[in-house]
Amino acid sequence: MEPASRAGIGLRHNHSLTIKEFPYIIHWRDDRCKRCGSCTAVCPVQAIVPSVRVQRVVSSEGAAPSPIAKRRVVHVVEQVADMERYCTGCSVCALVCPNEAIMPEFNPQNKFLHYKNKGGDGYKRGGRRNDPSISTLDRIKFTRISMLTDPALDAGRHEFRVRTYLGRILPPEQLPLKVENGNTLMVDKSETFIPPVREIYPIMIGSMSVGALSPPMWEGLAMGVAYLNEVEKMPVVMCSGEGGMPPRLLRSRFLKYFVIQIASGYFGWDEIIHALPEMVEDPAAIEIKYGQGAKPGDGGLLMAQKVLKLIAGIRGVPMYVDLASPPTHQTKYSIEEAVAKMIQSMSMAWGFRVPVYPKISGTKTARAVLNNLARNPYAAALSIDGEDGGTGAAYNVSMDKMGHPIASNLRECYLDLVRQGKQNELPLIAAGGVGKKGNLAANAAALIMLGASAVSIGKYIMQAAADCLGDEYNRCNLCNTGKCPRGITTQDPKLYRRLDSAKIAERVVEVFKSADVELKKIFAPMGRSTELPIGMSDGLSIDDKAMADRLEISYAC
Amino acid sequence: MCRLAAVTSSEYVSPMEPVLALETMKEGHDGSGLGLTLKDLGGEFEKLKQYPILSGICSSKGMEVLEAYMKKVGFKLKHQWSPKVKPRRGIEAREFYFARAYEYPASYKHKSLAEKEDLLLETRLALRRMGEADQSIFVFSFYPDVITLKEVGDPLETAEFFGLDKDSLKAKVILAQGRQNTNYAIYLYACHPFFIQGYCTMTNGENTAFVPIREFLMSRGFPGYIGYNSDSEVFTHILHYTIRQLKFPLHYYKDVITPLKDTEIEQRRDREALRLIKQSLRPLCIDGPNMVIGFIPDGTCFMVQDSKKLRPGVVGGHKGKYGLMSEECGLDSLIPKRDRSKDIFPMKYDMVIVTPEAKEVKVWNQLQGQA
Repeated sequence: MEPASRAGIGLRHNHSLTIKEFPYIIHWRDDRCKRCGSCTAVCPVQAIVPSVRVQRVVSSEGAAPSPIAKRRVVHVVEQVADMERYCTGCSVCALVCPNEAIMPEFNPQNKFLHYKNKGGDGYKRGGRRNDPSISTLDRIKFTRISMLTDPALDAGRHEFRVRTYLGRILPPEQLPLKVENGNTLMVDKSETFIPPVREIYPIMIGSMSVGALSPPMWEGLAMGVAYLNEVEKMPVVMCSGEGGMPPRLLRSRFLKYFVIQIASGYFGWDEIIHALPEMVEDPAAIEIKYGQGAKPGDGGLLMAQKVLKLIAGIRGVPMYVDLASPPTHQTKYSIEEAVAKMIQSMSMAWGFRVPVYPKISGTKTARAVLNNLARNPYAAALSIDGEDGGTGAAYNVSMDKMGHPIASNLRECYLDLVRQGKQNELPLIAAGGVGKKGNLAANAAALIMLGASAVSIGKYIMQAAADCLGDEYNRCNLCNTGKCPRGITTQDPKLYRRLDSAKIAERVVEVFKSADVELKKIFAPMGRSTELPIGMSDGLSIDDKAMADRLEISYAC
Repeated sequence: MCRLAAVTSSEYVSPMEPVLALETMKEGHDGSGLGLTLKDLGGEFEKLKQYPILSGICSSKGMEVLEAYMKKVGFKLKHQWSPKVKPRRGIEAREFYFARAYEYPASYKHKSLAEKEDLLLETRLALRRMGEADQSIFVFSFYPDVITLKEVGDPLETAEFFGLDKDSLKAKVILAQGRQNTNYAIYLYACHPFFIQGYCTMTNGENTAFVPIREFLMSRGFPGYIGYNSDSEVFTHILHYTIRQLKFPLHYYKDVITPLKDTEIEQRRDREALRLIKQSLRPLCIDGPNMVIGFIPDGTCFMVQDSKKLRPGVVGGHKGKYGLMSEECGLDSLIPKRDRSKDIFPMKYDMVIVTPEAKEVKVWNQLQGQA
């Protein structure tokens, strides 16, 4: 029998979606709305539209009530039932509304993922894993409190040294030292290669590229980092992400605060190589990206609409073309030879004065990578990015379902190094979900005490410094579209001029200064101040026995 | 908090002297035990200086196992000393307390000291493993010219229980500690002083960085870095690792456990070495509160503090006899006739070093890198 819709006899709504399938439902108040049009103009996805409706309107004029009912055409704001224009819940409509007349509300009954595959392509987005539950990091508590048997430190008055090392550290047995005059140790430089080591702040800003981020966003982060170093004397470093760096910055003295990333697309490296002879400072380090926690096994993607003149210039590509980095480095066949060669090549480019380390996504195979690096004397660190890390663009399935949580991955790698006696030689950098619920210092301290030498943040700093609207209820997450309503992940000047880079820099400084205070508030009662308590696992507990066993920490309830 | 009393002297002194010094500090400890390490022995051991002495406690069953094992390895018993135990209320006597001097196995007679030391360590660890589960054997040290005694009980009563007040046992360097480790279970292996291959320390305080330090030491591949029934044992092993294994001069022990700030390092002549040491030995940094007293194989004694929380400690005396104490009343008991104005209270940058035979005391300053 012919379907009714095709026969033109009604039921034409049967293949349309109800608003209940959508992740966010717009609550619009007719009585408050003054029809200014701000909300519909600002909506980044046109999920709401101005519309007209025939409606029975009751009105009364004059001194005595004399209600008259009329059918009239009225102006309304409507949510569209189109999956291509679904409301992302970003709430910019509410932000601009002068009368509090509109607000999206999360709909837990939504069937969004059932339908978000029009044209046979899976749902792509930015952000991080949509899992609002409490992460392992947030379940960890600091339970070894100095009480009577040893005095706690005073976070406000005692001196603290919240610093860590980035770079390969020689084992004590291999230090090229000789005793002079029977009582003084001097370095015998002719004996051993001493790898470059940087002293840095243990919270790093992770790799977010020029291109993925808008110019004012990247500039704001960079300005904040420079201020922290130069004024606050906090040696915070920031990674460039794949896509090069602004040419003037490459040739400036501020380069030393940046870790330059090389990834499988090698974007930006033509400019970097050409700038090499003119560099007045070495970069803090070189990060070789092999994987990303948010989308393990996936390459990077900068969509054509974000490849404007500035980006094309820095990356050395034509404008308005999709820039896809392959999932792997195409020249790398095995870690033994290719990765070792790449680390050595990058080291050689800077005369072995710059630490070079790989970054991988959290994976069960992390220990295999680690063990190869442990045997490679030029590998300066290993950065592991867990499943809760963020990204500018990826398939939803990669973000939600692929990857390994950072806590146990980091812990098993650290304990593996302990078994080999190399826990201080190869620093581990942990990332992926640090500060997911806002507890930046606590998450960082937990990872450090599980064995990380440093942690890396991305999504958190976008939220804290530039008010990124994204969250784990799939709010906004439009980073891939170039339509970021805050102007953070867009190359559209109309959008990014909403951002003030000076304000971002100010927030970056505030975030790091407050994290520093909170780290001291954690370390002081545990009696630690002189060195970072890396691997001080006796200080940690968790309220789940299985997790406690897996992490080899105590269970407390 | 532990109370510590150490003496270093050009003459042989009775272990009762530091024990009586501990008695004056009685208000500060809970009287739960006594640990004694004697070095450079007099009395009946004066003529046996080249023979390694095994110190410990065992049951009769443990003694059989011990004797059989020593025979199997090739050690020949040369001399045995046992305390004349006098029962004391509150002290549960065990079957055998002993200090036995052995001749090296024939195959080791002409080997180097380092090889001999490794054999002695291996033997001690093997005996420990054999007797630890059923507590039939406790061995505290196995080294030439060194005796260690440990028991649970009030320090003075324990010393009398061992009959030390009547015994001829004497030494030139004695470390005495007046408490079992009450932060953990009371257990003989948790009692200071700790000894390994000629290096010995006892500590006053608590070690908040214990776990990373323990993990670092245990992963050095050195068989003697085990035990850790007390968090203070790591201080002995850090000393051994720094001086014997890495061959650093003694004062670098201070630079390892309490590294200077970078700006302070710049003032030192050996700044380049210090920077590398600070990086490579980062896990051995302590965060206190700790005061450590110790000796090294040549008989040099030292006292050192953590860099921040500072437990009490004082060094005083005169040429030929110095005391290293956790409290001044102990020093008054040990060396009442001394110039008190010359007593040294080491602060965070100081390492007090008393040369062998108590000839000279000097304060090495970490900031200046010199005494």
